[in-house]
Amino acid sequence: MPVKLEKLDPEFKFRVASTPGGENVTRCFACGTCTLSCPVREIDERFNPRRIIHMILLGMKDEVLKSDFIWLCTACYACSERCPQDVGITDLMNALKNIAVEEGYVHPSYIEQIKALSQFDGLYEIGDYDNKKREKIGLPRIDRKGAVLKSIMERTGILGLAQEGGQE
Amino acid sequence: MKYALFLGCTVPVRGMNYELSARKVAERVGLEFVEDERFSCCGFPIKAVDVETSLLMSARNLAIAEEHGVHLCTLCSACNSTLAEANKILKEDDELREMVNEQLDGLRYEGTIEVKHFARILYEDIGIETLKDFITNPLEGFAFAPHYGCHYLKPSEAYGGFDDPEDPKSLDELIKVTGADSVSYEEWDLCCGGGILGIEEDVALKMAGKKWRNLKKYQFDGLITICPFCTVMYESNQKKVEKLEGMEIGVPVFYYPQILGLALGIPPDELGFKLNRVRPTKFLEKLSSLVS
Repeated sequence: MPVKLEKLDPEFKFRVASTPGGENVTRCFACGTCTLSCPVREIDERFNPRRIIHMILLGMKDEVLKSDFIWLCTACYACSERCPQDVGITDLMNALKNIAVEEGYVHPSYIEQIKALSQFDGLYEIGDYDNKKREKIGLPRIDRKGAVLKSIMERTGILGLAQEGGQE
Repeated sequence: MKYALFLGCTVPVRGMNYELSARKVAERVGLEFVEDERFSCCGFPIKAVDVETSLLMSARNLAIAEEHGVHLCTLCSACNSTLAEANKILKEDDELREMVNEQLDGLRYEGTIEVKHFARILYEDIGIETLKDFITNPLEGFAFAPHYGCHYLKPSEAYGGFDDPEDPKSLDELIKVTGADSVSYEEWDLCCGGGILGIEEDVALKMAGKKWRNLKKYQFDGLITICPFCTVMYESNQKKVEKLEGMEIGVPVFYYPQILGLALGIPPDELGFKLNRVRPTKFLEKLSSLVS
């Protein structure tokens, strides 16, 4: 995609750098170790960590935040372990996703996860069926009280995402 | 030796064979578990949405374990890395820890405990030499391929120098102590793809498929995992991978404590093999011929 100078946001990299996980983004000297280490990049060229970092440094805010590729990081930490500049790319990818969420771009799969967590305090319900199966093979029952994470997510404003998402 | 057992979301529902075999093995080797129903999700799934919420979720679980005065043992590697990272952050930053504590509804975390993966506890706290003494039924003639997964070793800074993420040996040694061989293969460190299964299923499945391609030329009895999500990718989704990649796999996937349990003399029907989705029929036949 062509870079349009008038559309660049020079402040974007500072916003990323002030978001937890994004602190070291400006350290990148574009060696490409991240991209060569990335198991997702090997399968799908849309996800290219060096390219994403370069886009941040250029200020391509909308192209990054509205993209589908920022959600493709598996958080395997292969790039983070090898980065000679200690950019902390896995955490940086989370920072980007966090900013995207603030801007209203949240991947639908996370809405579902927030809903589950707010109901079950975990991603899955441990219902009667599961507890029967557990007891049958000799595992103890688990009776979570629930709603603990709901109140945490309510306070941090995350729960609202699921409610807005639910009305759509 | 006592640890708080942190089951996480996936293990108690989709990895009952992992939980069962880990509990049986723990009992045999003198590892005692403290249980607490207040434990919730570790915070991993929420990192992408808001790292601060994720940190609160982690801190809450750490505070519960600390209340019992014991370190925390995880079975899931994603729980392990999320809680270990949060632990490091909270231990190093007193001010942040104070802020977090104000939001834990009466719970407090002082930063006094460690977070360790079950396999690391076996390797480090129990130790290979001690495990050797417990082995009664060595799995001679068997070979297994280790899958370390990502979060058991990484981010390495959260694990204070445990093993080498670029050249690890703990899981290989844990396999060898059972009397079996550990297969060394290309791209052993490939991520299972689990982190994006809900985002881009085909990409995730292709990542899992790559591991099976790398393993194609080896003769072995099963892939060994220590994380429920790696198992979801390699076992529960094996048929989908076969279809997408046009290849036949048919290789069983075992949780490490299932094979250690066998070597410790625990009967197979107490180790949850009936719940392995790729039926290990041949493996169990080979095993019974070994015993008889």
